[in-house]
Amino acid sequence: MAPANDKPHVRRSHLLELLHGMIRIRRFEEKCAELYTLEKIRGFLHLYIGEEAIAVGCNEALTKDDALICTYREHGHALARGVSMAAVMAEMYGKLNGCSRGRGGSMHLFDADTRFYGGNAIVAGGLPLAVGLALADKLQNRKRVTACFFGEGAVAEGEFHESLNLAALWQLPVLFVCENNLYAMGTALKISESEQDIHQKAAGYNIKSEAVDGMNVVEVEQAAQRACDGIRADGLPRFLECRTYRFRAHSMFDSQLYRDKAEVESWQQKGPIVQLVQWLRDYHQLGDEELGSLERQVELELSEAVAAAERGEFESVDTLTSDVYTASRSEGAA
Amino acid sequence: MTDNSTMSYREAIRQALREAMNEDPRVFLMGEDVGHYGGCYGVSKGLLSEFSDERIRDTPLSESGFVGAGVGAALGGMRPIVEVMTVNFSLLALDQIVNNAATIRHMSGGQFSVPLVIRMASGAGRQLAAQHSHSLECWYAHVPGLKVLAPATVADARYMLQMALDDPDPVVIFEHVMLYNNEEPVPAADQCPPMEQALVRREGSDLSLITYGGSLPKVLAAAEELSHAGISVEVLDLRSLRPLDTESIVRSVSKTHRALIIDEGWRTGSLAGEVSAIIMEQAFWELDAPVGRVCSQEVPIPYPKHLEDAALPQRSEIVRSAKQILGVV
Repeated sequence: MAPANDKPHVRRSHLLELLHGMIRIRRFEEKCAELYTLEKIRGFLHLYIGEEAIAVGCNEALTKDDALICTYREHGHALARGVSMAAVMAEMYGKLNGCSRGRGGSMHLFDADTRFYGGNAIVAGGLPLAVGLALADKLQNRKRVTACFFGEGAVAEGEFHESLNLAALWQLPVLFVCENNLYAMGTALKISESEQDIHQKAAGYNIKSEAVDGMNVVEVEQAAQRACDGIRADGLPRFLECRTYRFRAHSMFDSQLYRDKAEVESWQQKGPIVQLVQWLRDYHQLGDEELGSLERQVELELSEAVAAAERGEFESVDTLTSDVYTASRSEGAA
Repeated sequence: MTDNSTMSYREAIRQALREAMNEDPRVFLMGEDVGHYGGCYGVSKGLLSEFSDERIRDTPLSESGFVGAGVGAALGGMRPIVEVMTVNFSLLALDQIVNNAATIRHMSGGQFSVPLVIRMASGAGRQLAAQHSHSLECWYAHVPGLKVLAPATVADARYMLQMALDDPDPVVIFEHVMLYNNEEPVPAADQCPPMEQALVRREGSDLSLITYGGSLPKVLAAAEELSHAGISVEVLDLRSLRPLDTESIVRSVSKTHRALIIDEGWRTGSLAGEVSAIIMEQAFWELDAPVGRVCSQEVPIPYPKHLEDAALPQRSEIVRSAKQILGVV
């Protein structure tokens, strides 16, 4: 790992912030896996473990006015974005104090305050929404970026191609971020795509693209910053392919017959957190005590989040059908 | 519009589009061939030169992409009107309509609304065969989170669009292809009842003919023919397919005690079946005869005129079924 030292962001304090951001996501999700076995969390649970550098790195390039559209593997993006850990955990519990009032669960985190337009559980289903959000910004002369995250599995969907074409054709400020973890559920990229160098596909739509090591949070941040700077300067979309790996199963029901343990282990050795910790240690920038204190800080936030989720109330069945439609016309005004 | 000037269904929609664009800068129209071509059915002809290509936006043939972009633009504070060329093509955008537009409000715990209007042509009668002629309104009417309208008159074509735009949730409007050339007087806007309300198009006492969209002219013609046989039928135009105006259905049936539902959709799993079930649940004791249905034959709509005609509800069949319910031979 070799972050360029001349970049203003690569100060020690900033690296520690990035590390903190990734550890928050990691510990949160490890806790989720545990809570899942306790049946506190039900349904599908897709863990982001191994891919944290992407959400954390990209978020650094976004402002509070920008929007995010994510997939069903979006806990990390929500946490990085600033949705409170308690609200995300309560959502996993299906409680009213969850960020979607408990109705969405793991796959459908929403938060209006941070312009977090959801976990979308249809592969590639979020890409057209990102195009539309960016179109709305353009038509209303707002200088904002819509960041759209999706896996490499989405690349095979028609909506991927339709959306890239529309964003380029209409010159829309979308940051497309492909989180290439090599497997669409259990289907390896090599048995599903004719062109496996994903970022090359953007060239077919005249979109500037870049591929980065998605395990290196600093590289991701810098690439995202370059992309967002470009978008803010010329209003055109950018495409970032982050090469990464999912350490855990696709979901809690996946027995991982499609990949070798050795492959998983080799990726784990270059995981985003171990990489950054190692680099900081190599340069004597992180002591055991400091790392311990960072972990304790996360542990405290996490235990408070779990407590908040435990304390939360379930929605009354009486309001089951509320918000199928907007109650009043003024309420729906965006 | 204050006078009762006559215009076509097509012109009525165009005028509604023009007015909406003039009144609200957030409104824009996008879809395949809506701009330079003037709309597949000519609805938006001329609007590109009146407005900009930003607001009358031609799209590539990417139904899922541009309908989804409409959902996103609605989330972003715009009031998009998305035209899908025909209901058959809208199947390519079902993901965006059913999985996103219809769900986001509820799934987000009420944080986001999707004030999107989707217009599409539907129905048969132009010999366009089995991939351009279907009536799939029922599929959309099945989905909570959507509202579904079927303007059958020029007045509704003129005013329902604005009502749909004023609604904070996604509204799908079906324009039957056989209605575009119809010319009728258009009353003042304040005489157009709310979009969710079914309307009695003809008063009668012996039997309620319940219908919507492109079948309305056939049903009114059948009602006229029946009147010559001394049969007084009431014609109820549903107008809104979701929500259904259950109260108006029950009121009409409670008055006539008999009902025949005319629906260009296929009979199995049809809206006609839904209306029939509502009558059974809520007006069973008012009935003097079993509820009848006239629907399309269960075939993909064929190309030749005689087969297309045979596949669709026709006046003669409506008259025959009405007489059968009344026990008149």
